Amino acid sequence: MTSAIVVFLYLGLVLYVGLFAFRKGTNSKEDFFVASRSLGPWVFLLTVFGTNMTAFAILGSSGLAYQRGIGVYGLMASSSGLVIPLTIFLIGTRLWALGKKHGYLTQVQYFRDRWECDGIGTVLFALTSLMMIPYVVIGMMGGGQTLESLSGGLVPYWLGGAIVAIVVMLYVFFGGMRGVAWVNALQTVLFLVFGAIAFVLISRSLGGFDTIVAQLAGDPKTAPLLTRARISPQEFFSYSFIPLSAMMFPHMAIMCLTAKKVTSFKRTVVWYPICILLIWLPSVFLGLVAAQQFPGLKLGESDDVILRLLTANTDVIVAGILGAAIMACVMATDSQIMALSTMFSQDVFAHYGGLKRYGENTMVWMGRLFVIVIAVVSYLLALALKDEKSIFDLAIRFGFSGFAALAPVMLAALFWRRSTKWGALAAALWVAGCMVFLWWLQQHSLPLAPKPGQPPVAIFESLGGLFQRTAMNVTIHGYMPVMFMCFGSALMMAVVSLLTPAPSRATIEKFFPSRGGREKK
Amino acid sequence: MKPRIFLLSAWVALVYALHQDFWNWHRHEPLLFGLFPPGLWYHLAYSGLAALTMALLVKFAWPAHLEEEEEA
Repeated sequence: MTSAIVVFLYLGLVLYVGLFAFRKGTNSKEDFFVASRSLGPWVFLLTVFGTNMTAFAILGSSGLAYQRGIGVYGLMASSSGLVIPLTIFLIGTRLWALGKKHGYLTQVQYFRDRWECDGIGTVLFALTSLMMIPYVVIGMMGGGQTLESLSGGLVPYWLGGAIVAIVVMLYVFFGGMRGVAWVNALQTVLFLVFGAIAFVLISRSLGGFDTIVAQLAGDPKTAPLLTRARISPQEFFSYSFIPLSAMMFPHMAIMCLTAKKVTSFKRTVVWYPICILLIWLPSVFLGLVAAQQFPGLKLGESDDVILRLLTANTDVIVAGILGAAIMACVMATDSQIMALSTMFSQDVFAHYGGLKRYGENTMVWMGRLFVIVIAVVSYLLALALKDEKSIFDLAIRFGFSGFAALAPVMLAALFWRRSTKWGALAAALWVAGCMVFLWWLQQHSLPLAPKPGQPPVAIFESLGGLFQRTAMNVTIHGYMPVMFMCFGSALMMAVVSLLTPAPSRATIEKFFPSRGGREKK
Repeated sequence: MKPRIFLLSAWVALVYALHQDFWNWHRHEPLLFGLFPPGLWYHLAYSGLAALTMALLVKFAWPAHLEEEEEA
């Protein structure tokens, strides 16, 4: 319980920071939704990074390393360390410039203007909002799990989730984007510092990680965890498409609009891979250690191994401080809630006449109302889905793959003049259709799922190995569906755009000003 | 395409390809510092390479026209 009290103190600190941001802010929409585009380079780096570090990154990665070994770092972290900063470099900087020039607060506003169509914006809004919900739910689940583990069960899952939901809701409600940014920056620093401390303390308590690694290597059952034997080359390759999701994540896009200057992006893209290393290496390594310490945990059970290690190997107060650091990552769900609130208030309420009719002040309060609605709905979903799927699985299937497959839409909007609303619509429908089909296939093949480490099973005998079922996912010829979803989406975008009329000359000139025109300015 | 952009694009493609270290698949020795199997330390080094790649892009391919637009 002592460690849980430390976590509560931390939650109080986070709340204070959020409320302090409220006192610093104004009630304008620019301030509430994008912090008046005022974040400097360091806060911007920590905020953008913190936005992506969620319960999935910490609890999910260590749980997965427990099941599948060191390959999880290469599978998820190192590819993200290249693709995400590359995305921020190519896409984020341009979105920032467009936001500053045209006053955009969401990517949907840009898509509507770019393709001269309200409908395509509404379709993309609906699709991306639906895909964001699981991401927020994961944060709530992570909060519930963390508090339950740290309190030894005294704070039940439902109460832990409720506490996290209320704290996040309050500082987002009052502080808006500035509150989210400051809290994210604080949380990222905390996690980087305390993650390193956790690593050292657990190592000392266990007599050094080298002993653990030697024990793992000496046991034929656990030796494969030190290799990539439990990850197929096809999966390893196709997984590198997942970080493309950063290109279309609304919270990432909106966060890119908060930078004060475009030069703020420089530090972010260079340091991002190093930050990923600092967070993921301890998480993956502790998953391995847990495999030696607590053998035999099943898929869903292994999500909290990092917390088990903390409580078993560190002093209660230290465990509490480190638990607070984990909570820091778990609560990165704040930026998703903020993004959803921004989207609802800008892309729906303001776009369909709310801004003109009720004014800017009401729109900001509408954004705050959405914060409450999203937090409550997500919390209820987290309660209902608690025993359904592992955190990681839920995120991958319904969030990451879909956003990654929408990356061609963003690329086409920014870099291909000839792209059209019909191309974007075709790509969006392709992605939505694929996700529905894969959801069905995942459920249909559930009884066939092999145990971790066992070979995949063909789902339809008549189709040979076209659709296969692994312990966690459905694959297509061994490759993750996200790869085919991306290719299909790019193809839809290209072919349908070429078959349909191009946007007007005025629109193309607006978003792709000729070099001469730029120089005249 | 300008030579500089071509070279940087080729460099990024090479770095992306280097992620697929199939030769480390089933090796768990030698352990670096007695801790990191080859499949792990290779990817730790890869994270460093990614940071270096981004530094090169910032140095040689920064979208300076966005700064000009900002100033305008």
